[in-house]
Amino acid sequence: MASLLFRAALFLTLVATGGFIVYIVAQNKTVYKWSYRILAAGFVFHTLFFIQRYYALGVAPVLTLKAAFSFFAWAIIGAYLVLHLKFRLMVLGSFVSPLAAFLMIISSTLPTVETSIKPIFRSAWLAVHVGTIFVGNGIFAMTFVAAIMYLIQEYQIKKKKFGTFYARLPSLETLDSVNRYSLMYGFPFLTVGMITGAIYAQCALGSYWRWDPKEVWSLVTWLFYAALLHERLAVGWRGRRAAILAIAAFLVLIFTFVGASLWLSDYHSFKHLGTQTGL
Amino acid sequence: MTRIVNIGMNHETAPVELRECLAKEPGTPDVALAGMRELACIKEGLFLSTCNRVEALFTTEDPREAKTAVISLMSRLGGISGEAFSSHIFVNEDIDAVRHIFRVASSLDSMVVGEPQILGQIKEAYARATREKTSGVILNRLMHRAFHVAKRVRSETGISDAAVSVSYAAVELAKKIFYDLSGKTVLLIGAGEMAELAARHLLNQGIGSLRVANRSFRRAVEVAQHFDASPVYFDEIGAQLLEADIVISSTGSPEFVISYPLVKGSLRKRRNRPLFIIDIAVPRDVEPRVNDLGNVYVYDIDDLKGVIQINMTQRQQEALKAERIVEEEVIKFEKWLRTLEVVPTIKSLKEKVEAIRKTELKKSLAGQGDFTFSQTRVIEKLTASIAEKIINDPILFLKEKADRPSKNTYLDIARKLFNLDSTNEQEGR
Repeated sequence: MASLLFRAALFLTLVATGGFIVYIVAQNKTVYKWSYRILAAGFVFHTLFFIQRYYALGVAPVLTLKAAFSFFAWAIIGAYLVLHLKFRLMVLGSFVSPLAAFLMIISSTLPTVETSIKPIFRSAWLAVHVGTIFVGNGIFAMTFVAAIMYLIQEYQIKKKKFGTFYARLPSLETLDSVNRYSLMYGFPFLTVGMITGAIYAQCALGSYWRWDPKEVWSLVTWLFYAALLHERLAVGWRGRRAAILAIAAFLVLIFTFVGASLWLSDYHSFKHLGTQTGL
Repeated sequence: MTRIVNIGMNHETAPVELRECLAKEPGTPDVALAGMRELACIKEGLFLSTCNRVEALFTTEDPREAKTAVISLMSRLGGISGEAFSSHIFVNEDIDAVRHIFRVASSLDSMVVGEPQILGQIKEAYARATREKTSGVILNRLMHRAFHVAKRVRSETGISDAAVSVSYAAVELAKKIFYDLSGKTVLLIGAGEMAELAARHLLNQGIGSLRVANRSFRRAVEVAQHFDASPVYFDEIGAQLLEADIVISSTGSPEFVISYPLVKGSLRKRRNRPLFIIDIAVPRDVEPRVNDLGNVYVYDIDDLKGVIQINMTQRQQEALKAERIVEEEVIKFEKWLRTLEVVPTIKSLKEKVEAIRKTELKKSLAGQGDFTFSQTRVIEKLTASIAEKIINDPILFLKEKADRPSKNTYLDIARKLFNLDSTNEQEGR
């Protein structure tokens, strides 16, 4: 049942991604509308998948790397669907949807690992900690995508070389405000995610902070985003420099998510989550 | 027979001074429409007035009289002598008028082909005509088809995708930087036709305020008055850079008016808001290095020409496609117009049959008192469907012949065969 729901979500996301790519090439609005609807349908299936898993496992289904990739993709699509309500930027889908589809494909190719559900996982703090972090990550993915789009468009206008993307991408001001807006909304989620993580650690392990590599890298990520937000709001950074920093921050975030989880981390590592050495 | 006639002048036939005469008063279209309505020879009318064209479109039974009347009405409104006026106008009739109005709506007849404003202006003119009830069957259909054609041209061709004039290209670029130009501040340095045209385009996009700087303050005041803008001193440019979002520079100065240090110094105080500088002057007014600064975009005249060069070739191909669409729709409309000519015959045929049916039914039912209500209904239905079936084929036949040259012969035969004209005469007596 669960795998069927996930497969439906994956299939719909892939179809939507194909549609979004056709849209950016052919600029056909009907294709866009349907791609958007199909993506939303995929999101519904994906959500049902998580609900089903939650009831089956009894804990938030985020304990394996496979599940984490899937959850990340879900958060990205969710953030896009919400952001769309505000900005109605059609071309954003053509960038976001492939990213989400890519993460879902990775998730589907990873082997299913049976994890032992330890009692400390049965905590609301875990769900809140992981949930808010991923919602933040999903929103930051929008910051990242908008930053890439900004750099492409800015390059074309600055260098006066108008490629195929020029007509297809929105204005610099629009992209910059997507960037700023998603940064402003993503940051509180990341912050709350880290605070609840600390509280959870205190409840479960008896200390707020254990200098685990993932914790350290999360802090680095947080500092990057805090700096970007500060420069934007207080100093008035915008445009190219803000876009570059947003991309750098997201790369650190990805490193924290994948790198630190796989190779560096101690108890946060997905390798250890299922074994005795983990949480 | 009703004819469609279109009289007007546009940027090709008349100089701007003449066009202005009719466009300057905001109430002119209403007055013109009212004047047209009073002319007995005009059945339906529409009046279009933009900064590039003034046109009257009407239907009439007597084209010659109507044309003279409309021309004298327009020259009277503009305060131009009849001769000066008539040498600068064009007149289109029937299918040419249809084609013309389709081309105008699709922006194929515009000074900047593909510019989008014209459709809105036509819609406005048509709304006025419907409000004043000067449009009827033919104009309603014609205008709706024109909107349809414009929509097709816009969605099926790339004609309005790309700008092909320097000033328009500047506006398009500004939109790619700022998206929404409303509330933006524009600084116009110097004067000149192209720069003023760019400023005009920007004003049409609803920019917040326009400031004008000139070496001669007197000239700055003059230009500012022209645009309803505010004049500033030439030495104020540095301070103005802090507020401006778009700068159009077009002075005769041999050295740079906007230097690298000047712009660099303003960036932080501007809080890095994007600055778009359009340098139309030759020799250039803006130091080229300024473009290297973050969030500053400098386009000189060659850059802008480069942009429109790409667009021009693309647009020519698209225009051909658009002309094909227009022609296709003209043919369709022509066909409809022709069916309009058989409509009166079909109508009187139907009326005659219905009259016969009613009379005969009345006669037959009068003698028989013992029919129930439902039986009467059945008989009525039966007679109606018999009558309808009998004239169905002749009607289809006439509609089919509507766009054939032999149409008049068949109409004549039909009228004689069913004795339609004598019935009318009898009724007339």
